[in-house]
Amino acid sequence: MNSIFVYCEVTEERSIADVSLELLSKGRKLADTLKVKLEAVVIGHKVIKPDALLYPFGVDVIHYADDEKLFPYTTLPHTSVIIELFKKEQPEIVLFGATSIGRDLAPRVASALRCGLTADCTSLEIGDHFENKTQTEYRNLLYQIRPAFGGNIIATIINPETRPQMATVREGVMKKEVYSVKYKGKLNKIDARSILKDEDFAVTIIERHLEKSRIDIKNAQVVIAGGYGVGSKENFQLLFDLAEVLGAQVGASRAAVDAGFVEHERQVGQTGVTVRPKLYIACGISGAVQHRAGMDQSAQIISINTDINAPINQIADYNITGSVADVIPKMIKYYKKNSK
Amino acid sequence: MRFRIIVLAKQVPDTRNVGKDAMKADGTVNRAALPAIFNPEDLHALEQALSIKDKIPYAEVILLTMGPTRAAEIIREAMYRGADRGFLITDRKFAGSDTLATSYALSLAVKKLTPYHLVISGRQAIDGDTAQVGPQTAEKLGIPQITYAEEILSLDAKKIIVKRRLERGVEVVNSTLPALITVHSSAPPCRQRIGKLLMKYKHARTLTELQNETKDYTELYNERPYLLIEEWSAEDLKADSQSLGLSGSPTKVKKIENVVFQHKESKVLSNSDKDIEKLMQTLISSHIIG
Repeated sequence: MNSIFVYCEVTEERSIADVSLELLSKGRKLADTLKVKLEAVVIGHKVIKPDALLYPFGVDVIHYADDEKLFPYTTLPHTSVIIELFKKEQPEIVLFGATSIGRDLAPRVASALRCGLTADCTSLEIGDHFENKTQTEYRNLLYQIRPAFGGNIIATIINPETRPQMATVREGVMKKEVYSVKYKGKLNKIDARSILKDEDFAVTIIERHLEKSRIDIKNAQVVIAGGYGVGSKENFQLLFDLAEVLGAQVGASRAAVDAGFVEHERQVGQTGVTVRPKLYIACGISGAVQHRAGMDQSAQIISINTDINAPINQIADYNITGSVADVIPKMIKYYKKNSK
Repeated sequence: MRFRIIVLAKQVPDTRNVGKDAMKADGTVNRAALPAIFNPEDLHALEQALSIKDKIPYAEVILLTMGPTRAAEIIREAMYRGADRGFLITDRKFAGSDTLATSYALSLAVKKLTPYHLVISGRQAIDGDTAQVGPQTAEKLGIPQITYAEEILSLDAKKIIVKRRLERGVEVVNSTLPALITVHSSAPPCRQRIGKLLMKYKHARTLTELQNETKDYTELYNERPYLLIEEWSAEDLKADSQSLGLSGSPTKVKKIENVVFQHKESKVLSNSDKDIEKLMQTLISSHIIG
């Protein structure tokens, strides 16, 4: 069987994005299950020591295209380099981060290769499939598992016939784990100039204003998240007050972001950020599975809700029946009273 | 030559407002309880197209959608807000299309509308949230894509300058035309219906819809041929049957599980001072908060 490939996204600092390292960790496990190689694709310019950084994640081959025209990222040149590489290497599986870049690039590549692509997977497994209609047995397929239909169902998607099997995964969904600090692979340099054509540069960047994410809920130890049930932007201020006292970050459900209560960088869930804090306080969140997908790994969950039957209460460690406006000031008061 | 803008839009079940009756007693989705709506980000896309038309009077806005007969509703909705006309791609052969097969059908329809200058769609649809159909359609058309557009800064016959909204900031790019743009929800919302256009287009129908009407529209349509919303079948698009619907879709759904929440042992507390003080003490003593 052919290899598993991970597209490694180059950051502003010319290193490799966390999400790509997480995918390499997952890719290594899948590669071990399938007994195949893990290969990384790095497309950029003057990337800082990609070999030293990536080999410890169990990478067997790094395909590195280094050219000033390949950084910062634009769609068409990266697509052309990848397609050329994949036509030659015929990967079995390809993983991309579900980032601004990955969600722009992966569908274009999938369309050109006429292969299947599943967005925002929350789990990837290897398994078999028997097709009743054709009485065909497929072995060792990639199960691409994701919530769908507004989070009311969990779908397992497969690509029985076409290769590569492609999927995107959000940052924080997979765990970043070093495989072996001594692991060594080999470097394959790609000559981008021989691939790129003038029409690959139809889009040019005029200006960029990128900042390091100001709101860092992903790494917060405590997340206080509000849902539509918080009721208003003003009530959300209570969550920020509690966050300040506890040294926490404020998150939100999609409904709260859509209602304009807070900025979308704070969205927790399948289409937002995945968090694994020590404590997650869900305020006025009903708990659609899409939201749960982004927080159900939290060590402790407290739900504050007026509705005792809110679905989120079933995964919470503590259910407080009451309104956000009533409960949060009390939490602040008794935290201050009891902490030193 | 008119400056032709094609807006790709989808009618979707309103998954954002999943109420109690949206789930049946057995835990499956009650699709009938979910209203069908104009996909929200596609409305942002329509607004971008209409605001170009505000500035360039020779611009023409065409709405293109794929779906069952009732999807003509969003074509009328677009006409009420300022679109010039629309086409409905509809055929049983398209059933079961994944994003790849969908983009194939859409790209054939766009090609049928050549010469076009700009294709605009929403970033993603709320029923799938994949954001794949835009880039895949651009690839099939062989034109550049500009995803996550927030604002069109300038436009002429040959090039466009667009501000993109990324995870960590903004980027301004210049592209040759024709190009495909996907619009982010941070772009301005769509204008409302215009009374005059509502009057003008309220009888706009597809042929299939007309056949189901009890009233005879023949005379009205002879007088106002622009009321007819054209339907395109797989044959009209000269589509290769192997690239359509289920057979043209490399992804297959192996399994669907309805979500049943796992019950976990949870402590139920009241909002009394006593309960909350006890909880905060527990959290502090177990070093969960410090």
